[in-house]
Amino acid sequence: MSRLTDLSLREARGGLTRRSFSARELTEAHIKACEAARPLNAYMAETFDQALAMADESDRRIKAGQGRLLEGMPLGIKDLFCTKGVASTACSKILKGFKPPYESTVTAKLWEAGAVMVGKTSMDEFAMGSSNMTSCYGAVTNPWRRKGDNRPLVPGGSSGGSAAAVAARTCLGATGTDTGGSIRQPAAFCGLVGLKPTYGRCSRWGIIAFASSLDQAGPIARSVHDCALLLQGMAGYDRKDSTSVDKPVPDYTTVLSGSVKGLKVGVPEEYLVEGMPDEIDELWQKGIAWFRAAGAQVIDIKLPHTKYALPTYYIIAPAECSSNLARYDGVRFGLREKGGDLTELYSNTRAAGFGAEVRRRILIGTYVLSAGYYDAYYLKAQKVRARIAGDFREAFKQVDIVLTPTAPSPAFGIGEMMDDPIAMYLNDVFTVPASLAGLPAMSVPAGLSGDGLPLGLQLIGRPFDEETVLRAGGFLETAAQFTAKPAWLEGGHA
Amino acid sequence: MSAIVQGATGPFEMVIGLEVHAQVISRAKLFSGASTAFGAEPNTQVSFVDAGMPGMLPVINGVCVEQAVKTGLALNAEINLVSVFDRKNYFYPDLPAGYQISQYSQPIVGKGVVTIDLPDGTAKSIGITRLHLEMDAGKSVHDIRADATHVDLNRAGIALMEIVSEPDIRSPEEAGAYVRKLRSLLRYIDTCDGNMEEGSMRCDVNVSVRRPGEKFGTRCEIKNVNSVRFVMRAIEYEAARQVAVIEGGGTIAQETRLFDSQKGETRPMRSKEEAHDYRYFPDPDLLPLRLDAKWVDGIKAALPELPDARKERFVRDFGLSPYDSSVLVTEKENAAYFETVAKGRDGKMAANWVITELFGVLNKQGLDVSKSPVSAAALGGLIDRIKDNTISGRIAKDVFEIMVETGKDADSIIEEKGLRQVTDTGAIEAEIDKIIVGNADKVAQFRSGKEALKGWFVGQVMKATSGKANPAAVNAILDKKLKG
Repeated sequence: MSRLTDLSLREARGGLTRRSFSARELTEAHIKACEAARPLNAYMAETFDQALAMADESDRRIKAGQGRLLEGMPLGIKDLFCTKGVASTACSKILKGFKPPYESTVTAKLWEAGAVMVGKTSMDEFAMGSSNMTSCYGAVTNPWRRKGDNRPLVPGGSSGGSAAAVAARTCLGATGTDTGGSIRQPAAFCGLVGLKPTYGRCSRWGIIAFASSLDQAGPIARSVHDCALLLQGMAGYDRKDSTSVDKPVPDYTTVLSGSVKGLKVGVPEEYLVEGMPDEIDELWQKGIAWFRAAGAQVIDIKLPHTKYALPTYYIIAPAECSSNLARYDGVRFGLREKGGDLTELYSNTRAAGFGAEVRRRILIGTYVLSAGYYDAYYLKAQKVRARIAGDFREAFKQVDIVLTPTAPSPAFGIGEMMDDPIAMYLNDVFTVPASLAGLPAMSVPAGLSGDGLPLGLQLIGRPFDEETVLRAGGFLETAAQFTAKPAWLEGGHA
Repeated sequence: MSAIVQGATGPFEMVIGLEVHAQVISRAKLFSGASTAFGAEPNTQVSFVDAGMPGMLPVINGVCVEQAVKTGLALNAEINLVSVFDRKNYFYPDLPAGYQISQYSQPIVGKGVVTIDLPDGTAKSIGITRLHLEMDAGKSVHDIRADATHVDLNRAGIALMEIVSEPDIRSPEEAGAYVRKLRSLLRYIDTCDGNMEEGSMRCDVNVSVRRPGEKFGTRCEIKNVNSVRFVMRAIEYEAARQVAVIEGGGTIAQETRLFDSQKGETRPMRSKEEAHDYRYFPDPDLLPLRLDAKWVDGIKAALPELPDARKERFVRDFGLSPYDSSVLVTEKENAAYFETVAKGRDGKMAANWVITELFGVLNKQGLDVSKSPVSAAALGGLIDRIKDNTISGRIAKDVFEIMVETGKDADSIIEEKGLRQVTDTGAIEAEIDKIIVGNADKVAQFRSGKEALKGWFVGQVMKATSGKANPAAVNAILDKKLKG
């Protein structure tokens, strides 16, 4: 029998139902994997005792024939989710030691569905970053290595800990959050499937806010089917989040086997950006060919405002973050640095508590909202955002789904690009437009780069049409036959 | 106090606008389910949202929205079917999230108008610029320890309506009348208790001065004035100060000031240069607030009778003067008291008794009408005894005093004290005869043309009857006897 940690979530469910193994055994296997994977630094907190208790409860349920959707499934939870009594810090020094007395809606739903928490995964501080380098707990290492090159790579970000944890088989799936690509890009960097649902599909209640109009929770897993199961457990209306949408949650797994014959797949010419490596374009062309071969109709579309997406995002997201992060002031919780007066208390606390990238974005956000600049930056950005959403609306009159690359490069080396924030921001060039438009989008591993690193293709769907995204993703997954494994699993990290 | 400040170089006119923060009556806060009850132990009515905990989100309280719409309708204002909540960003320990959720560019209520009644009997319209909903901040307590500030978040998140007037007010009296009228309206519709001592109504006062006919001068904003009297005094002081600055060759700096009620003066708080940049932007946690026009119509239809309508009804149905009527309707409890007294009786007489006698006693004792020692029914009973000639109006005042002291009703007092009016013309005639006989000289003077002496004779009769003689009977008999 293969190791329990090699099972997909779907397979593990089957195994538990058939009683091939117990939930406790499954969790113990993943705990062992977590312990072995500590050098990757994917978790900022391990919750093994809690995990075992949850697994035992799952075994009781299974025995009683009361197994639920995600019964006994060991998961990693991004540190942006508030988990009751467990450290929830957004990987920021300013929240070190913070244990909330409440549980986020999304994680509460997962526990109600029977899932098991093995630990909290690391991330870029306050979800700001594309490399997981800005976590106050230090860099996370990608389980993948370039062929013949043992230098450590980043797992992507901001949900880099979640991606590394899933890729290293320390959990069957993980939660992520995506503001401008924070689920999709790390999924692509780690050879995983990552789904950002439609804005409003999952409740934001209890998720530490970065940019409220963009933040959305979603799953990272090793297959499209696993993502569908996890989304099923996470999604749903929540009256505690005024921006969540009261629409029924369909059964996502039933749509997966559907054919893509006749599906209209849009290919936007604007995503062919300058300086993009040929191998990314080649993969994209491959994806197009797979769809065409399966009877899908491939249509060239125009998304003319795409080139403004990145600057628009880097105005709106910092603006919202500058306001959202004002509450970390040393007065009620988290870090407090003494000061001679109130202003000093604030500035000492915030200077000591926030890392450089967070400070940079707070400054940008404060600037673009200031009197005299608001119209030129924030208001203009909102108008452009509406145009970008309009581009998609137009396109979706013609097509059912949009196919693009997920990121302009494979995983890069730890420490690279750290002195060049603009180059770092360019990582989000393909993921940010769907975020600004609030659309569901998924990255599916579709091939390897020349030096053996995973590359992802992105599928963007209509609002609340996660089903078509999953169906097309399921097809892509089958067509790509992505079976490569990270060096970590082959004992390849020296 | 007057509308004109007489400077050394000529007269100046005051230009005043008010921003009134009225705490909304609702059991829960504007964006959380925490209780709003006044006077609880510090930090016992605080939800995770109110405390600005990570990941917490605001959810609008529909009751507060309804209250704001109700108030807007009572202010004869436009109700905006789409309004937007914005964040007003600033750092302060009693503002946990680091921003106040307010409404900036698209408030829930637009332009309206309030009519104020002035003591000279005239009425004036004061424009309402807008009303918006916002959350209150907590309280910083600085006097528990010298080296620390304590924060009480019970108030944080309670709904406020900020009601902004146009700069239509021209004198401290008008400002006072405006605040009282606003308070009256809010109490009629139960959207704010108007209790200024507890801080559930607070005023920011904008004051500028100009020479008559000139354009508006630079204004100063006096923050957080917490009584009608202080509003009036602050304006008086501030206008005089500004005139003195201008006449001294200076210019008025736009600034925020506070009113020191001990010294009766205003002092600068912060100048424009130090003013916050609040970085307003739409709160991404809240969707625009959309109201259904039919729902608004329903609220409008269910509004109770408002002070202006009631005032007109009192004028029409009871024949009261507009001013007396406005005095009676200001507090809805007073109006209800008056209506009970006036029902089936002479309205003008009832109004006189309520305004002069009853309000006189209540003012002296510092009571409001709900604590009145004389009930409306009892006062009505007293008026009935005047009307049916059991007692005279003068005796009635004595009876009323005893009613106030003892709480007894008019009839038992009249019986106990034997105050029943003498209407027996025989008895009155006998007394008059005695007086005529004993004062032949005065009778002669009267008959020779000094008719003013009649008052003296009336007084003698009243003295002899301890005031109980029916004045009409006394007059009639005296006329007959004196003219001989």
